[in-house]
Amino acid sequence: MRRMGTSTKSMAAGTAVKPMTADVAEEIAAREFASIVESHRPQIFRFLLASLRDVDLAETLTQECFLKAHRNWKHFRGDSTAMTWLMRIAINLQKDHWRNRRLQFWRHTQANAIGVDEASEWLPNGERNAEQQILAREQVAQVWKAVEGLSERQRTVFLLRYVEERELSEIARATGLSEGTVKAHLSRALGRVRAELRGTR
Amino acid sequence: MSWRDKLAGKVLTEECDDPVVAGALKHFKASVDAWSDATFSRPRMVAKPARHTWRLAASWALGCLLAAGSLAGALYARHVQQESARIEAMKAAIRAAEQKASLERKAAEQPVAATVVSKRQPIAVKSATNEDENLLATVDSDVSRQVPAAMEPLAQMMESDGTN
Repeated sequence: MRRMGTSTKSMAAGTAVKPMTADVAEEIAAREFASIVESHRPQIFRFLLASLRDVDLAETLTQECFLKAHRNWKHFRGDSTAMTWLMRIAINLQKDHWRNRRLQFWRHTQANAIGVDEASEWLPNGERNAEQQILAREQVAQVWKAVEGLSERQRTVFLLRYVEERELSEIARATGLSEGTVKAHLSRALGRVRAELRGTR
Repeated sequence: MSWRDKLAGKVLTEECDDPVVAGALKHFKASVDAWSDATFSRPRMVAKPARHTWRLAASWALGCLLAAGSLAGALYARHVQQESARIEAMKAAIRAAEQKASLERKAAEQPVAATVVSKRQPIAVKSATNEDENLLATVDSDVSRQVPAAMEPLAQMMESDGTN
């Protein structure tokens, strides 16, 4: 949207302002892209980290995501937000990664994914007391366990909704699913979390 | 409470009427945020990628071994094929030689039979000649009988010419 605005402005003032050369346009695009990277990189990394539970892999895929985005930046028409577009690239990269791992099961791959217990160790130091901290940690571990049992698609939808706090329409655009399907996946994922928290599974 | 927490609370209360689930999801998000922030801002160590030269060597050795094995197999198969062809040719030659020898033997036996036949031949030839003469005489007499009466004088003339 921002890119479209820039071009419209330059067209409107086309007679008064010097015509934009290819170099200048490229420089503007590069600056725009740099700001996009700066603002969205932590979110993409967080989503990939939560999906994969592997810091190194999340970093690698985040870099790949922005590399891919940079290559295709001139094709980005602004139909959706840059974040949704980047999230879509990240989801596709993640899918490719899982597919490759399934196909290359014979290859020695380093699995650095950490366990559920280790992942649930992370909690911000709020004004909670020790008892509340322990309770929170237990709950986080249970949610991680439930997330671990979800299908790839359910997990993606769940994390986009409850970690990235994306709107349903945005999730639908990023995943390429309909809103109804997104709701169905969310409902199943929530049911699983609820069951895990109640200890019924 | 930040705007983000308020938004999260709003989202969660919309979908999770269960306060336990809503609380757990809130803690989960906070935990992921804390983990992500901590790892994102950490100094990154770039490790030199380990070069597995032994793997490369092993794969090359295995490849060479496979290539040599398949080549040796192909050569052996060709050798076996050539050997069997040679044996077949030898067998055929032996058979031909045997056939030739048997034919020669037969040919050597044939003159003896021929001499036996030649000793008996004059009698047989004589009898055959007699048979022929008898047959011709019979035919002549039959033919002469069939000459019409009107042709009799002409026949007599021919007979007389033949005698003269």
